[in-house]
Amino acid sequence: MNHFDPLPFALEPERYELADDPMFSTGVDRREFFKTLGCGLVVLFLLDSATAQQETGGGGRRGGRGGGARPTEISAWIHIGADGTVSVFTGKAEVGQNARTSLTQAVAEELPVPPDQIKLIMADTKLVPFDMGTFGSQTTPNMFPQLRRVGAAAREALLDLAAAHFQVERASLKLAEGAIIRPDTGAKITFAELTKGQNLVKSVTDAAPLHPATDWKIAGTSRAKIGGPDYVTGRHQYASDIKRPGMLHGKILRPVAYNATLTSVDTRAAAALPGVTVVHEGDFVGVAAPDSLQAARALDALVAEWQTSPQPSSQDLYAYLKEHVTNGGGGRGGGQNAGSVTEGLALAEIKQVATYNIAYIAHAPLEPRAAVAEWTGDQLTVWTGTQRPFGIRGDLAQALGVPEERVRVIVPDTGSGYGGKHAGSKYAGDYTGDPAVEAARLARAAGRPVRVVWTREEEFTWSYFRPAGVIDIASGITKEGRLTAWEFHNYNSGGSGLPTPYNVPHVKSQFHATAYPLKQGSYRGLAATANHFARECHMDELARLAKIDPLAFRLLNLTDPRLRAVLEAAAKTFGWGASVPRPGHGFGLAGGTEKGSYVAACAEVTADRQTGAVRVLRTVTAFECGAIVNPDQLKNQVEGAVVMGLGGALFEAMEFDKLRITNPRFSEYRVPRFADIPTQEVVLLDRRDLPSAGAGETPIVAIAPALANAIFDATGIRLRSLPLVPDGLKAPA
Amino acid sequence: MPQIFELQVNGQSHRVEAEGERSLLSVLRDNLDLTGTKYGCGEGQCGACTVLLDGVPTRSCLTPIGGVGRRKVATVEGLAQNGRLHPLQEAFLKVGAMQCSYCTSGMLMSAFALLQKKPQPAEDEIVRSMNGNICRCGTYQRIIAAIKLGAQALREAGR
Ligand code: FES
Ligand code: FES
Repeated sequence: MNHFDPLPFALEPERYELADDPMFSTGVDRREFFKTLGCGLVVLFLLDSATAQQETGGGGRRGGRGGGARPTEISAWIHIGADGTVSVFTGKAEVGQNARTSLTQAVAEELPVPPDQIKLIMADTKLVPFDMGTFGSQTTPNMFPQLRRVGAAAREALLDLAAAHFQVERASLKLAEGAIIRPDTGAKITFAELTKGQNLVKSVTDAAPLHPATDWKIAGTSRAKIGGPDYVTGRHQYASDIKRPGMLHGKILRPVAYNATLTSVDTRAAAALPGVTVVHEGDFVGVAAPDSLQAARALDALVAEWQTSPQPSSQDLYAYLKEHVTNGGGGRGGGQNAGSVTEGLALAEIKQVATYNIAYIAHAPLEPRAAVAEWTGDQLTVWTGTQRPFGIRGDLAQALGVPEERVRVIVPDTGSGYGGKHAGSKYAGDYTGDPAVEAARLARAAGRPVRVVWTREEEFTWSYFRPAGVIDIASGITKEGRLTAWEFHNYNSGGSGLPTPYNVPHVKSQFHATAYPLKQGSYRGLAATANHFARECHMDELARLAKIDPLAFRLLNLTDPRLRAVLEAAAKTFGWGASVPRPGHGFGLAGGTEKGSYVAACAEVTADRQTGAVRVLRTVTAFECGAIVNPDQLKNQVEGAVVMGLGGALFEAMEFDKLRITNPRFSEYRVPRFADIPTQEVVLLDRRDLPSAGAGETPIVAIAPALANAIFDATGIRLRSLPLVPDGLKAPA
Repeated sequence: MPQIFELQVNGQSHRVEAEGERSLLSVLRDNLDLTGTKYGCGEGQCGACTVLLDGVPTRSCLTPIGGVGRRKVATVEGLAQNGRLHPLQEAFLKVGAMQCSYCTSGMLMSAFALLQKKPQPAEDEIVRSMNGNICRCGTYQRIIAAIKLGAQALREAGR
């Protein structure tokens, strides 16, 4: 694989059989691409077919011209320009998880250049290779090693060039930062000099040797967020900050209720307002105006009639879910079935049956969904904050009836997502559920660029939610505390984190899909939060029934050394078992594993039975996700996940009547604030011998059960519904 | 009806043609291209839009432009002076007090106002005066640390 292909054909390596259309249809003319970047060295990373299948969810990506599975995918590329600038192209988006920083470290580790000379071009569908999206904690386990390989291959290619230049054996050459040295003469040639005037393309699938994690110099170290100064000065432009010449501000007519259909709309008064464009296409009604106040006025001036049909309210939610199972279950998302639960229960000396409820909650990213759309002839460019740039491109193409090649989606580093900015048709059921499509429709009609920024209320109402759920557990243990039976049924919230990591001979864990009232989708950690909440609370209940320390009880039933390690690490730092809580205080513990990483949390709370006040005083979170790429950013992610998890644990819940959300505001939907925050300690276990796993999600799963268990410890009240104390502590009826 | 307003922003005078009902937030962002000030809720609950009016932290989303008058507006863009970051900005970077950073401008402005009033705030004073600012990424503990660090740097610089 160590050869060079001359341009211009090289970017589509022909030795790979392609299923149909070109290897990647980023919509860019390859020569254009190089014209933009200038000459130099290009290294492509090709996923082999097995990995490509995995990466793309088995079906390959959806192509504009038929799509379908393909044997290989280009997943990243790197360009070393004549000025020495290293440009790295990846479809991943920066949504606050600091992928830009950690991925830069990946390249810098292998290709010795200072990280500040590396420019990551992320999530611009015209420039970067196809990517499914930034979710599922896949950036670190997938893109991180790929970019290391691209960096390594570039390094090897540069060594080849240098060997040819000096006319010496490549093995005799030494690498320096951004240069290659010929030690015998001390002569030095920079990467820029080597690639100047070259038009070289190299492709790699694995090839070049990687620096083992134990030798990492740049990866594995704490690096500040790239572009930090742009953020603290307000210079960084999020999607909602993009301004285009002549841009209008758009607003969308929202239904008065879920399930409402538009029966009539009179747009005349709105259209008569100065500067206002009204668009009415099917169910889509929107307005565009020179400023947001005028747009709001135009929206108010629309006279619409709706037909509504009621649906279950949050009062009826849990009963509704259990009564509307849509499949027989059977363990989607990793169910378990071994032995016979009946037999296991017969062996049990202590049994427990309990039901846990999980409310709908919202991601509420501080930057609401936003998009700016601009048409240039029949070409559409959209800037939007999304975790799925290529998915949105497909949605735009379909909704607006234009080929994907004419649609460019650019994702400026985004005001966070937490799994909530996948958007698009997948969740919406139609194409009006995304500001990108909304802005594009308005812009086409108005003939000017249009910006759509969802209001907080829209964000709380028309995005999608973390699924609510009901979980039933029946279990049994021996007097000594060994699990004999474990039966676990999850209704609606999902299959992630469903299997118990504890040793139990008779086990059945199932997910049951149900009908559900609100639009639901991914949320940081997916259902692992719900499943861990139920499981780890239930384990605590069993430990108490058996009068065994909750930590000892878990360890007694656990083999997995990585999970044991985080439980022990958290307990040690917390001082678990070293003291008893003061009156009114309680200690709680929980742990778990998901997506290849491991977490355990210990918490101390105060809970006042008289006033109902609950306060989290202290948390210790131990986390292990293989080799740590950037310790301080990882710590930041873990702290953030704990804070976010604390909100869902204690007080966040969507409330809705039979028609609509009734608390779509921060004044009515309580999120964690400064005053809610405990003293947080984070213990990171660095396993340089293991591949790096993602870290944005799993740290969230242990906090809710740790808090519920701590509240029980403080009060003797066992709370089994998330959120635990939306209105303060109350004994369950 | 649009009117002409004379706005004092970050030490500069701007003539703006806008309706008096327009929010200061939208005028800063859309008329003056000062997009560092963010929208997060529009109801005074999140603090992303915080600016200073004569030094007083104010939610610009709820402030009609017609009510600003001659008060001096300070936004995040005015914190750095002569290309040098303010010690609070430095402290946020040093501590890594951000993830997506969408809350950062509002946090900086609220913190700046706090330190003007109270150069050595105790932790509970920081919590109380910052409690109106939301960080959904949950970097609160780091923001508190950054404010303390910024306060110390300001004291040392004698500012
Ligand atoms: S946007 Fe003004 S306080 Fe939230
Ligand atoms: S860093 Fe994302 S909201 Fe604060």
